Amino acid sequence: MSNRKINWYKYAAPASFYPLAGKMIPWFAVLTALLFIIGLYVGFFVAPTDFQQGEAYRIIFIHVPAAWMGMFLYVLMAVYAGIGWAFNARLASMMATAISPTGAIFTLIALVTGSLWGRPAWGVWWVWDARLTSTLILMFLYIGFISLQSSIDDPRRADRAGAVLALVGVINVPIIYFSVQWWNSLHQGATIRIANKPTMAPSMLAAMLILLAACWMYSIAVVLVRVRYIIRERERESPWLAEVLA
Amino acid sequence: MFGWLVWRDLILAWRRRADVLATVFFFVIVVSLFPLGIGPERETLRSIAPGVVWVAALLASMLSLGRIFGNDYQDGTLEQLLLTPQSTYLIVLGKILAHWLVSELPLVIIAPLLGLQFGLAQNSLAIVVVSLLLGTPVLSLIGSIGAALTLGLRAANVLVALLVLPLYIPVLIFGTGAVQASVGGTSPQPYLLLLGATLVLTLVFAPWATSAALKISVE
Repeated sequence: MSNRKINWYKYAAPASFYPLAGKMIPWFAVLTALLFIIGLYVGFFVAPTDFQQGEAYRIIFIHVPAAWMGMFLYVLMAVYAGIGWAFNARLASMMATAISPTGAIFTLIALVTGSLWGRPAWGVWWVWDARLTSTLILMFLYIGFISLQSSIDDPRRADRAGAVLALVGVINVPIIYFSVQWWNSLHQGATIRIANKPTMAPSMLAAMLILLAACWMYSIAVVLVRVRYIIRERERESPWLAEVLA
Repeated sequence: MFGWLVWRDLILAWRRRADVLATVFFFVIVVSLFPLGIGPERETLRSIAPGVVWVAALLASMLSLGRIFGNDYQDGTLEQLLLTPQSTYLIVLGKILAHWLVSELPLVIIAPLLGLQFGLAQNSLAIVVVSLLLGTPVLSLIGSIGAALTLGLRAANVLVALLVLPLYIPVLIFGTGAVQASVGGTSPQPYLLLLGATLVLTLVFAPWATSAALKISVE
């Protein structure tokens, strides 16, 4: 299709990815900071006060992006782990390992902010609502992945075992989600239903989307930093690393 | 080969009867702790019975997961089994079937007795047995993935709980749902159908994932 062929596979080798990641990190870091500042400004000063929930609703500007990131990063982690396992691509497995803490942190942020929001909105810190419960289970899945990988000493075995677990988890996530939702709808009495959301003001949506982009940039930057450390740890014997570090 | 493997595991389990009994007693003791912790009111006990029996079954079956592959891994039998020209899928399925017969079937048999202690009616007791019959094979199947992944690791027992318990959640929901429906006087059939569907799904996929995990752990 094009005359200039870029050899994408080149960057699948840690030796060429390591410097590339190093060059990319500052850009993503700057973008993160910019988007966070803009998003928080829009969220705090431009978006109007919600007439039902008052100022407390503003926590959704971080809560919703964090929840989305938590879910999406799990899928992304499983995809990387699967690629690393199927094609024996070291870098993809390292990416999966690097993504897992970030995903777990976003899931934790979603849980904590959700419970902070629940206090004024529902009057309780925690309800066994379908979404809260399945986010909690997602957190458990992350914890399982991280603790499995950290208790295996051989990195290749850790990569592959993590891949099996992540893929099994990804197949299970929809089943868990629907079963939890079903379970929830059966125990109607104990739950508090969320009232149908009124349509969002455009500035509210804008703030949420800008912060979602900010979370993406943050994740990319942090994952790249972490994957560089993983590369340095695993490739410490190889000559190219000594050259780069010299 | 399949039948031989199951038979061999059954004989081995018979020679270590105490291990099997320990799982059953664990189940009984955990279930008996709940009335002591919550109080002997009949109504409360009846409403928590499905959850208690199922959660205890989950914990008891998790406790015995280490035995599926653990001993064979330590004495090298597992490696030899994987080297045979037999399909790994069948080998794994045989090990899982033997584990279910040894560690889970006794739980299913003893569960109605525990249900009686909680004041469940006769038709609910039948549903307890049916739901456990459908659900416990799923526990063995999913559990075998966790057991294979953690073979020979430090603190494998704790780790396997972290890996496997979140994946058990749908079975728990469907299983307790069936019993609760029958206690509440509605039809438990949809839950049992869902449990059956889960069983079929895991029967196809879990042994495959387990053999992949075994190859990773043994190599």
